Amino acid sequence: MPSMEIADLQRSKVARWTAIMAGLVLALFVTIVVCLSVGVMGIPFDQVIAILLGGGTKTQSYVIMNVRLPRVILAAMVGASLSIAGATMQGLFRNPMASPSVLGISSGAAFGAALAIVLGVSWTNGPFAIPAMAFVFSFITLFLVYTVSRNRSGYVPVETLLLAGIAVGSLFSALVSAMEYFAGEQLSGVVFWMMGGLDEASWEQVAISIVPLIVGCSVIMVLARDLNAMMVGEEQAGNLGINVNRTRLILLVAASLVTAVAVSVSGVIGFVGLIIPHVVRILVGPDHRILLPASVVSGAIFMILTDTLARTVIAPAELPVGIITSLLGAPFFIYLLMSRKKSMGW
Amino acid sequence: MKLSVNGVCFRYGNQDVLAGINLEAREGEIIGILGPNGSGKTTLLKCLNRSLSPREGTVLIDDRDCREMTRREIATHMGVVPQSANVNFPFTALDIVLMGRTPELKRFESESKRDLEIVQEAMELTNTEHLANRPMDQLSGGERQRVIIARALAQKPKILLLDEPTLHLDVNHQLDILDLITGLAKTERLIVVFVTHDLALAARYCDKLILMQKGQVVAAGEVMTALTPANLRRVFGIEASVYFDERIGAHSVAIIRSFRENRER
Repeated sequence: MPSMEIADLQRSKVARWTAIMAGLVLALFVTIVVCLSVGVMGIPFDQVIAILLGGGTKTQSYVIMNVRLPRVILAAMVGASLSIAGATMQGLFRNPMASPSVLGISSGAAFGAALAIVLGVSWTNGPFAIPAMAFVFSFITLFLVYTVSRNRSGYVPVETLLLAGIAVGSLFSALVSAMEYFAGEQLSGVVFWMMGGLDEASWEQVAISIVPLIVGCSVIMVLARDLNAMMVGEEQAGNLGINVNRTRLILLVAASLVTAVAVSVSGVIGFVGLIIPHVVRILVGPDHRILLPASVVSGAIFMILTDTLARTVIAPAELPVGIITSLLGAPFFIYLLMSRKKSMGW
Repeated sequence: MKLSVNGVCFRYGNQDVLAGINLEAREGEIIGILGPNGSGKTTLLKCLNRSLSPREGTVLIDDRDCREMTRREIATHMGVVPQSANVNFPFTALDIVLMGRTPELKRFESESKRDLEIVQEAMELTNTEHLANRPMDQLSGGERQRVIIARALAQKPKILLLDEPTLHLDVNHQLDILDLITGLAKTERLIVVFVTHDLALAARYCDKLILMQKGQVVAAGEVMTALTPANLRRVFGIEASVYFDERIGAHSVAIIRSFRENRER
């Protein structure tokens, strides 16, 4: 009966989405347990689970609860924020190459951090000095890019926005390089921060990041339907009653907030926001109502795995995780550029 | 349902694009907007659904001023079919048509049974049901355009605005689309306003025509009233004649020659 067909299609879509999310969440838990057990001190899976449930020996329990767990959770949060920021920007700019770094937001945040490290400039003291500055500058960068690319009638053409992002990003990169040059003995701090890493993970960092992350992700996911319509065409989205300029601005602010969360605690970790949404889109389709949550969980899994690799591959020493993501991401980016010639668009 | 446009003016920068446009349309009517490039046709269409805000004048939907309505509210009255709908992403046709329900849905609401029925109906009317699960980027131009029309119909509009809906289509698809639209105007009692460059299609399918030049209405009315030889010469610089063709049961246009030949050299 033909009148059933559309309802059936819709039902099977919802079932598929539920299965995808259930599968990903399960995979996330498995990843967490596996990665908690790996390290200089090997701890068997059953022990890990026992410790998580409140048992285990004192030493093992300390390693899991105070060293590895905050780090794994922070990695998950960083991966989730970069992925949802990337997915949002790719949808907003209708361009799979868009990501926080393309718009110069990461560079802006890096400059803020460098200011705090080298000159000790910040609007707050203590452990939050560096993240706070990264945070402020990612917003400044965003608004600079947005204002530069906005034309008189209030419309923001994508091309101009991306070019403005490149220009502003280059400016901040140059400023960071200048700071590095003059940094002297603090140089290693700046360099490590620019490469990105999670070795200073603590419950404190988890605590300061969790609220902005949840706020940012919620705002973006609430606008998922509008983002779908805007990806098909901004004017058409307007014809469907969507306030395009306002929605775009809200999404940009939310995306830069979650980017700032990630950059603040882990430095510049490139390509996660590019790879994850792209791969997830191939697997689940372009609808942001599934793409965004699936990207969040996949990004978390990806980041936990790469960070575990970073802390074990040359143990007891550590590799900055940003190096690993770039080693994986740059070839992927090149592959994207090449395959784009064949398949139009995505 | 009635659509009336009273003295609408619009300018880009300090250049007048529309100067005092008047227009009246009733349900079931198909209004064609004709004019050379840059005559303000598309701008007028955009003023109708407040994609652009006129500097002066009003657009009234059933005697309600558009300026007092939100874009969302307007979207429940008006569906828009753009020139070309290149969707480069693998959204399925069903996904696209479902987007037509956006204006009616609250923020956290998902599509109800009623919404799905409306979508089903829109897809039946446009003969796109069998495409429901196909990705848009794999459809032909004509199929895509029908899906976009289905999306506009899923808005349950009283007014349908179309901007050169047949521009990129071959002749068979052009006829399909226009037969579909004119049929809908009559059966669903829609007001259809469509912009076109094709004199013959406009003469054939429209109840009323509006002839525009440099942001002004040169002539308006039924086909024979609007498309007089003098008007066609003035607006398009052509010698043409409009006649009733019994084979199609409608008006047709024979373009004889252009008066602009010398100027092109």
